[in-house]
Amino acid sequence: MIELNDVHKSFGANEVLKGVTASVQKGEVVCVIGPSGSGKSTILRCINGLESYDRGEISIEGLKVDRDAPSIVKVRTQVSMVFQRFNLFPHRTALENVIEGPLYVKKESRAQALERGRALLAQVGLAEKADAHPPQLSGGQQQRVAIARALAMQPKAILFDEPTSALDPELVGDVLGVMRKLADDGMTMVVVTHEMGFARDVADRVLFIDGGIIVEQGPAKALLNQPQHPRTQDFLRRVLHPL
Amino acid sequence: MKGFWHDAVEFFPILMSGVVLTIVVTIGSLLLSTVLGLLWAMMRVSGIKALSLLSASLINVIRGIPIIVLLFYLYFVMPDLGVTLSALQAAILGLGIAYSAYQAENFRAGIEAIDKGQIEAAQSIGMGWWLTMRRVVLPQAVRIVLPPYGNVMIMMLKDSSQASTITVAELALQGKLIASSTFKNTNVFTMVALMYLTMSIPLILLVRHFEKRAGKK
Repeated sequence: MIELNDVHKSFGANEVLKGVTASVQKGEVVCVIGPSGSGKSTILRCINGLESYDRGEISIEGLKVDRDAPSIVKVRTQVSMVFQRFNLFPHRTALENVIEGPLYVKKESRAQALERGRALLAQVGLAEKADAHPPQLSGGQQQRVAIARALAMQPKAILFDEPTSALDPELVGDVLGVMRKLADDGMTMVVVTHEMGFARDVADRVLFIDGGIIVEQGPAKALLNQPQHPRTQDFLRRVLHPL
Repeated sequence: MKGFWHDAVEFFPILMSGVVLTIVVTIGSLLLSTVLGLLWAMMRVSGIKALSLLSASLINVIRGIPIIVLLFYLYFVMPDLGVTLSALQAAILGLGIAYSAYQAENFRAGIEAIDKGQIEAAQSIGMGWWLTMRRVVLPQAVRIVLPPYGNVMIMMLKDSSQASTITVAELALQGKLIASSTFKNTNVFTMVALMYLTMSIPLILLVRHFEKRAGKK
């Protein structure tokens, strides 16, 4: 469903993606792990055109991702994104955040958007927070609203960019719980994360990225339990046993 | 200050006719400068090189010309080019254009103060440039922009006195006319100053209100 073919990307003289080739199947949950600065967030941002790429090709169900082409709007309505820092609209309530896309981008009727918006907030466990503004919500609640906002677009896939990295540890579980349910329901997900437990339990496949290339990839449990490449082994040792 | 109250009562009606024109010039040029300033600011942040460059040059040209010269140009030079404006039209146009440069820079600063993550979130749900501006950026920028906008209102009220140089009989010019015919400089100009102050005070309070609201968030 999502295809990346030899994708290159530089920020000035710094080449962050040095030829990434990968694909994500429909209904698959793929976790992307790797050290910071390895290019894993950049890959996500290229997939929905928040970032341009220099060479290679990215396509979603055959539609080429090109941030300067009008088709990018179609790409973005099919592939939603959840950000590390939530990026909720602070001047709108939780419910208004969720219905913003359906109402103004997809031009749904207000009644229909509101009904689904409330249902989605209930789905992420925040039905009673519909009228709260983002600053009144905890980080975990904000991120769950952000997930509802992403779902409201009825996307074919959701990209998660370190969705729990900005959260207090005790709030991480709520967000991961919502994501696990999405995965169980068959949502196609690409998740950049440092939560190895989530990757092991929920992901179908894990990609390990370092220095702008995919160093190793495979089924989640196999890769995390018996990494083959020395760089993967080294990274996992540091993450799992920091002391 | 001899006979101040007596003079005040006598000159008040004439000065009030000046006040009316002062308010007309101020509101007219405020509206014009807001529309033009918004236009320049949008061009500036449009991401289209030609538009952004055009806007930047326009702003610099406008900023580099004194208001009074701009007024003279509109009122005395334009007729030679076949465009005749009334003094009031020229005043509103001149002040509006002059202030549009400051408005534009103010609006741009407000727009650019919005977190980039907001724009990315808007894009990620498929919003285009204009929808992002209208639904996400501008509503948040308003809070940031309002306090300096209020200050511009106060400055415009006072700078509307420059319209007197092209014969608009607003408050300052009415004062000057009365003073030069009665020689009661002290009383007349004290009144003029007090009348400007009276108009400024509500605006000053408004700015304070804006600042408090922007600070709360």
